[in-house]
Amino acid sequence: MSFLQVKDLSIKFPVEAGIVHAVNGVSFNLEEGKSLGIVGESGSGKSVTSLAIMGLLKDSSARVSGEIILDGDNLTAFSEEQMRQIRSTKLAMVFQDSLAALHPFFQIGKQIAEVYRYKTGCSKAVAKARAIEMLDLVGIPEPQKRFADYPHQFSGGMRQRAIIAMALVCNPKLLIADEPTTALDVTVQAQILELLQKVQKEFGTSIILITHDLGVVSEFVDDVLVMYAGRAVEIGSVKQVISTPQHPYTAGLLASIPDLNSDVANFTFIKGTPPNMLKLAQGCSFAPRCDYQSKVGAQCFDSLPELLQSENAQHVRCHLVQSGQKVSR
Amino acid sequence: MMKYALRRLAAAAMLLIIVIFVTFGLFMAVPADPARLSCGKYCDEEMKARIRHAMEIDIPLTDQYYRFMKGLVVDRTYRANTDAEVKCEAPCLGYSFRTDESVTEIIKRSAPVTFSIALGASLIWLTGGVLIGMLSALRKGTWIDKIVQSFALFGASLQIYLVGWVLLLFLVIKWDILKMPTYTSPFENPIEWMKGLALPWLTLAFLSMASYARLTRAGMIETLSEDYIRTARSNGLSKKRIQFKHTLRAAITPIITIFGLDLGGLLGGAVITESTFGLRGIGSTALESVRELDLPLIIGTVIFSAFFIIMANLIVDLLYAVLDPKVRIAS
Repeated sequence: MSFLQVKDLSIKFPVEAGIVHAVNGVSFNLEEGKSLGIVGESGSGKSVTSLAIMGLLKDSSARVSGEIILDGDNLTAFSEEQMRQIRSTKLAMVFQDSLAALHPFFQIGKQIAEVYRYKTGCSKAVAKARAIEMLDLVGIPEPQKRFADYPHQFSGGMRQRAIIAMALVCNPKLLIADEPTTALDVTVQAQILELLQKVQKEFGTSIILITHDLGVVSEFVDDVLVMYAGRAVEIGSVKQVISTPQHPYTAGLLASIPDLNSDVANFTFIKGTPPNMLKLAQGCSFAPRCDYQSKVGAQCFDSLPELLQSENAQHVRCHLVQSGQKVSR
Repeated sequence: MMKYALRRLAAAAMLLIIVIFVTFGLFMAVPADPARLSCGKYCDEEMKARIRHAMEIDIPLTDQYYRFMKGLVVDRTYRANTDAEVKCEAPCLGYSFRTDESVTEIIKRSAPVTFSIALGASLIWLTGGVLIGMLSALRKGTWIDKIVQSFALFGASLQIYLVGWVLLLFLVIKWDILKMPTYTSPFENPIEWMKGLALPWLTLAFLSMASYARLTRAGMIETLSEDYIRTARSNGLSKKRIQFKHTLRAAITPIITIFGLDLGGLLGGAVITESTFGLRGIGSTALESVRELDLPLIIGTVIFSAFFIIMANLIVDLLYAVLDPKVRIAS
């Protein structure tokens, strides 16, 4: 059995105008010590999926259905209190906006030490030593001195490292990183990804990396899940998905990564906008934006394709693929 | 930090000097002739001149200002109505020819009343307001929250002279629960001090508590939706810890600031409360001095109030640097 199994996860938010279908029947598995990238544009449901795994939707108005099984425990059946007890120790999360994610009035070292002390019941001195050790581990220079710094005194990259240190302080088995590199410049992005990779190797932590950047995913994770309109449209090993994308949406995302070697300043993009999540069409959500729907015809708008294994071992939700045709690259 | 504090202190001192100057100038611009006012019914020019001389208002304005400022640091003497020499010890805020007393003496006598009212009431409204506001924020949308919100609206729209008299009528006169407001020195008899001031405290606290509850509620609700609270939750900290440590710490900062300013303003005289309950504090003294055109006393009380408001601003600024690490570093 996989370390993390997400089965048929659906998340709905009742709002004044109706119900937002944020996530619609997403399933995936993650093995221990492996990493999974969840890719999709804003509103595709990737962040909400991670919040559901963390159990952070339990106190909200969100309606979560399906199963999330971590290490044999069904988290969907857990109460908020039960979830609270395994947060940090079994699973932890790194958020994207590092300045907003740290408490502005507390010293960074103390914030890390607080989590450790609270979770282990150790002495203040032990917790402080642990926090300094963690700051050192994530590559903060002079951790002893920087312990007493406040978040605004750290650079963006250092803050993101500190947040990773805080998430890892109790040795969680699963780390969810929600766009951890979005607000950072490119060189720092690479450093943060390397740090996550190091953590995965050294501690055997399973990692879910949420991003809108396929480029980030391609060099870092083992498997990738592409989400569109709250559904998984393509799942597979990162090598296969990047080299032979099967879903027109994945292909479109890959094609829109600008080619730095080409002289022509010509950006490819996916036309149209994401669908209204208040009322999902009965057919394929991507059909209105798809270049290939003319090759398939009315079926794209009439029925929702299933997520089926394609000839390349990855799973794809597309009528085109299932009718034996391929996207051209 | 030290440099910042000194700079702020210097600015506060400058401001106080300017306030004194303006107050002094206004005093002189008033059309009423102080000599005529304190001269009585049968008054001739000669008598008025003598009084003017005694009041030291027959010399140029700049000299008067100089003497006044000097009096703040060194003792000065006045010739009182009786022509006897009266010594006014520094800080001398002038001499009231109406009551035949130095202004400093009058203020010294009434300040403890005002301080007692302000300290007791502010303590009640701060703790009460913050607690009620927190409760309301954490139970947002429930009947508790709704009651608190209507109470806040109710409290914010009422006035001391109404609430004070209603409470006086019921709590004191009809039900005999509280004592008629009086002032006893807390150093003589602390129990009597509390008993005597209970009603003014409750009245004043009730009204301010409403707005503090509202402020706390808004601050808590805003903070609860911050990313760092979500981080604390995702780190598996307990609800209590998140609410009382992480949320309150951020939400309380602006409230402390407002509290400092409110308290500063109140220490300079709780005019309405004091006059509603007939307590002789700075506020009712100031009111009386205006009614009787006792100009030296008006100047004295205005300067006294200004001093506390300026001090409160200074302390709040310095406190903010302590409370908010961002301000601390920048300064």
